[in-house]
Amino acid sequence: MAFLVRRPIDERALVQRVAAPDRGGIACFLGTVRNHHANREVRRLSYSAYEPMAEAECRRLLDEAASRWPAAIALEHRLGDLAIGDVAVAVVAAAAHREAAFEACRYVMDQLKHRVPIWKREHYADGTVAWVDPTGAQALNAPAEVSHG
Amino acid sequence: MPERIRVNVLFFASYSDLAGRESAEVIVGSPATAGDVVRQARAMFPGAERIPERPLVALNQTHSKLAAPVADGDELALLPPMAGG
Repeated sequence: MAFLVRRPIDERALVQRVAAPDRGGIACFLGTVRNHHANREVRRLSYSAYEPMAEAECRRLLDEAASRWPAAIALEHRLGDLAIGDVAVAVVAAAAHREAAFEACRYVMDQLKHRVPIWKREHYADGTVAWVDPTGAQALNAPAEVSHG
Repeated sequence: MPERIRVNVLFFASYSDLAGRESAEVIVGSPATAGDVVRQARAMFPGAERIPERPLVALNQTHSKLAAPVADGDELALLPPMAGG
């Protein structure tokens, strides 16, 4: 099953995928599109990925989490253009008890940010765009006229 | 082993903007490491020299060190800081 999707994420469907009679705790994390970044007003953003590697890396980190916690985990990340408030990523972990569900959910989300090759380009209210660099190492701003590719 | 190694280099996100392309065939002498391929790729295109000297790389779709040896036909991706989620 693909982890990268180009349609709205249905978090209830992900919950149903991992829910089971013997799993009494379900932890769900949703990452949504924020309307600001570094004091700038964000209008929308677009996600892109190195898709075959991103799929493989998601598979690897879910396998790692499943080996560490007795949990069933579902994950989806959306690509393409997203609006403010849209769900960009959803992680749902279901286990017999809440501790494993919370920990597995957090592990997958934290690892995803560090390891899965996905990039985010923000479109600002002033018409400019920029690739988001969570490390803050460099600011690579592109003028608006080259941003429509 | 061929004397020349052809590596398919992929540029993503901001690095694609800097290099002005999404991929390039890079030819290096054997033996070579991922770092050798990066050095060659940064010198090939105007703007590509603004890609960091030691970027994150993935060799054949797995995170890799720059010291890793490359072989003919490998795929080496230059990865800007990831920003999923």
